[in-house]
Amino acid sequence: MSFPWAKEYKPSHPFMQWMDDRLPLPRLVYNSVGGGYPVPRNLNYFWNFGFLAALCLVLQIVTGIVMAMHYAANTQVAFDTVEQTVRDVNWGWMMRYAHANGASAFFVVIYVHIFRGFFYGSYKAPREMVWLLGVVIFLLMMATAFMGYVLPWGQMSFWGAKVITGLFGAIPFVGEPLQQWLLGGFAPDNAALNRFFSLHYLLPFVIVGVVILHIWALHIPGSSNPTGVEVKSESDTVPFYPYYVAKDGWAIGVFAILFCTALFFFPNALGHPDNYIPANPMSTPAHIVPEWYFWPFYAILRAFTQDFFFIPAKLMGVLAMFGAILVWFFLPWLDRSPVRSGSYRPLYKKFFFFGLIPAMAVLFYCGGAPAEEPYVMLSQIAALYYFAHFLIVIPIVSAIEKPDPLPFSITESVLGEDEAAKLAPAPSATVA
Amino acid sequence: MAEADGVRRRDFINIAAVSAAGVAGVGIVVPLVSQMSASADVLAASSTEIDISSIQPGQAIKAIFRKQPVFVRNLTPHEIAEANKVDVSSLRDPQTLEERTKEGKENWLITMGVCTHLGCVPLGAGEGEPKGEFGGYFCPCHGSSYDTAARIRKGPAPKNLEVPEYAFTTDTVVKIG
Amino acid sequence: MARILSILVGLFFTVALAWSFGKGAYQQITEPPAATAEHEFHLHPKEVSFASDGAFGKFDRQQLQRGFQVYKEVCAACHALRHVAFRDLAALGYNDAEVKAIAKGFQVPVYNNATGEVETREGVATDYFPPVLYGGQGTPPDLSLITKARHDGPAYVYSLLTGYQDQPAALLKKFPDSKTPDSLHYNPYFANLNLAMPPPLTGEGQVTYGDGTKATVDQMSKDVSAFLIWTAEPKLEKRKQTGWPVLGFLLFATILGYMSYRNIWAGKKH
Ligand code: HEM
Ligand code: FES
Repeated sequence: MSFPWAKEYKPSHPFMQWMDDRLPLPRLVYNSVGGGYPVPRNLNYFWNFGFLAALCLVLQIVTGIVMAMHYAANTQVAFDTVEQTVRDVNWGWMMRYAHANGASAFFVVIYVHIFRGFFYGSYKAPREMVWLLGVVIFLLMMATAFMGYVLPWGQMSFWGAKVITGLFGAIPFVGEPLQQWLLGGFAPDNAALNRFFSLHYLLPFVIVGVVILHIWALHIPGSSNPTGVEVKSESDTVPFYPYYVAKDGWAIGVFAILFCTALFFFPNALGHPDNYIPANPMSTPAHIVPEWYFWPFYAILRAFTQDFFFIPAKLMGVLAMFGAILVWFFLPWLDRSPVRSGSYRPLYKKFFFFGLIPAMAVLFYCGGAPAEEPYVMLSQIAALYYFAHFLIVIPIVSAIEKPDPLPFSITESVLGEDEAAKLAPAPSATVA
Repeated sequence: MAEADGVRRRDFINIAAVSAAGVAGVGIVVPLVSQMSASADVLAASSTEIDISSIQPGQAIKAIFRKQPVFVRNLTPHEIAEANKVDVSSLRDPQTLEERTKEGKENWLITMGVCTHLGCVPLGAGEGEPKGEFGGYFCPCHGSSYDTAARIRKGPAPKNLEVPEYAFTTDTVVKIG
Repeated sequence: MARILSILVGLFFTVALAWSFGKGAYQQITEPPAATAEHEFHLHPKEVSFASDGAFGKFDRQQLQRGFQVYKEVCAACHALRHVAFRDLAALGYNDAEVKAIAKGFQVPVYNNATGEVETREGVATDYFPPVLYGGQGTPPDLSLITKARHDGPAYVYSLLTGYQDQPAALLKKFPDSKTPDSLHYNPYFANLNLAMPPPLTGEGQVTYGDGTKATVDQMSKDVSAFLIWTAEPKLEKRKQTGWPVLGFLLFATILGYMSYRNIWAGKKH
């Protein structure tokens, strides 16, 4: 579907006409990211991050395929093949650093993308499916990144694999056999390494598939925008091409500058030194932490230090860690506010900026810190707020809050007036 | 007039920006292509030393050089005579036995064991392997026959078996590469 | 209904967390964790700089050669360097003949197919530094990646080498149980303070530098740390040298991209 004023694809060249009659791929592209896709004119830079995320996915796939050309998934040699790649393969050092830092960049971009959604209510009707698919992508990314981190078979790889599969061991009754099944053994070894490699190669392509669905679902209602007011007329939109192609284009430049600065000058800043030590199943590193992008969830896992009634602390931690992401699936139904954008929600805005953001910051920080006080207590407070935010604050706030008046339309919010407004009934919150 | 100039200037910037993106794309492709060529450890000059003291006249051995077979053959006087009998100008890849061996060591024929057609390993160096019509080597893949100087005589291969760079370090040891 | 359910689930997690927090806080007060000697006496690496530091950093080849000499004459007795091949040493400025001579000085193991025994032969340029047999106390780690395998690695190696000292009296007074065992050596830069490696660099002139540099303990420590920066990341220079033109080009392209973006949106309020 699209807006009635969307431009129609008109093949100019006879070959394109021929193509359009047989496989209308150019038409699909035109209607998705070309002149045929009308987009709200008032998007701010937070809307660039979806495009950047797609770019990161391509970057990971390309550099990953290169790494796979030089890698061998065998515990005897895995570590050495990665070193060999860095030392002897032409540009191997660059490929490796690009892939490792690319994973970090991908998560930076995705976190901004997700928090854009939280603030601007992008998960609300009619875009629930876009949101749900997004959460699925995030889960797949976490699985992919986790398995990728195991491949170089350093100390953190090994102990990460052991600890994360250990989480499944917390599940009552089936836990232990499940863990053994996941690893194909009692501890991470060749069987685990090989299946992780196989899946690490596969999942990114599954992600590509889900990304296509995510964008498809988005193109049904079209993009939302910072006001949260739906598009009403042609003057509210501009065609994706050239407007947003140009905007995304220069944003890619900024992203590339930041990324290359990390890649060429601080390539190990986000990595952990212990992963330059080959895996040693007999000795756990003193301070084991996952990659930084898992820290908030790792902090939640470690925040549960006491058994809760009959539920062991270990199980509570695992439940909460998965729950912390699964709760996002329910967000469209937890938040009943008729207003989408946080900009027009005085109360929600306060909880977002003074509750959720600081809680996330604390969880990020504590997840990377040793399991000592005060970090455990801090993460307990932050995790408490995290769950309260989604499960208690959002439902209540959305029921009692009185939103600020909304602009009649995107055009009005941009230009201060909208011809169409004069003909239409007065704005009300429910129209949004 | 000024308006038209403005338009031209704007077009110019847009074209320049798109071109810069194109340059970046090419810049990315270069390392992506180059990473597939042989890595430093593979290229690192490697050499193979072979002890030839136990190779009797008429016998040959296979050794490995750069992951490929090398044939070291001790020619009999008869085989040398056979090779020298041939009219060089009639050959597909004209070369004399002398050009293919070291001075004073004409009995030592050292060649790559890689058929110059499509890379199979010809027969004739191993014990009991057929030596082909011309008494040298025979490639079973598509029927190339080499003579006792390992020159191509019949079949699809375009060139004689390649003579690698080598030197005698002593009378009984050859260093290849 | 859904709202009540969500609040109940929310309460489940928050109450469990509050419970964990409360009990933890109570324990913290009633039985605060005992201070440990590591906690109080462990030191972060010293400030030290190397030619290869910074965005324009380059290796000091002369220093790398000195560092290699220290490695070869001192560290190599116990520590291997398995990711480095002799041919790689050409990057330190050695010519082919020198590389061959260095390789020849090492015995590399070869498995004899006929006898089933492991024998040794002289190294050649394509060989990697051979494994080091060590029967003493502790396990000396391979040094190829050591400066990347420790926080602030180069400074850490330098600090460790120059950091041996007597155990402070204050430590013994506060933690009488933490006396360094006889077979170990006190070093505040080591994570648990007591290190199996005896001080490897003990006196001036332990190695004789060919370039006339005075071989003080400090100098040798710096040189070998510099060498180990190179072994851990031989492509460090190339990386930084590639980075600058790439960033320069990206900056230029991004400015063009921005101008083009402004052009295209000119007159379109947003
Ligand atoms: C969603 C996309 C992807 C993510 C988030 C991701 C993430 C990661 C991470 C975190 C690592 C460990 C980095 C390190 O420290 O070395 C890794 C390694 C690796 N990945 Fe990926 N990856 C992705 C896609 C791919 C693809 C598509 C392939 C292959 C087709 C691939 C192949 C590899 C290989 C061979 C390694 C091991 C080499 C190494 O350790 O550097 N990856 N990946
Ligand atoms: S490969 Fe030898 S004849 Fe074709």
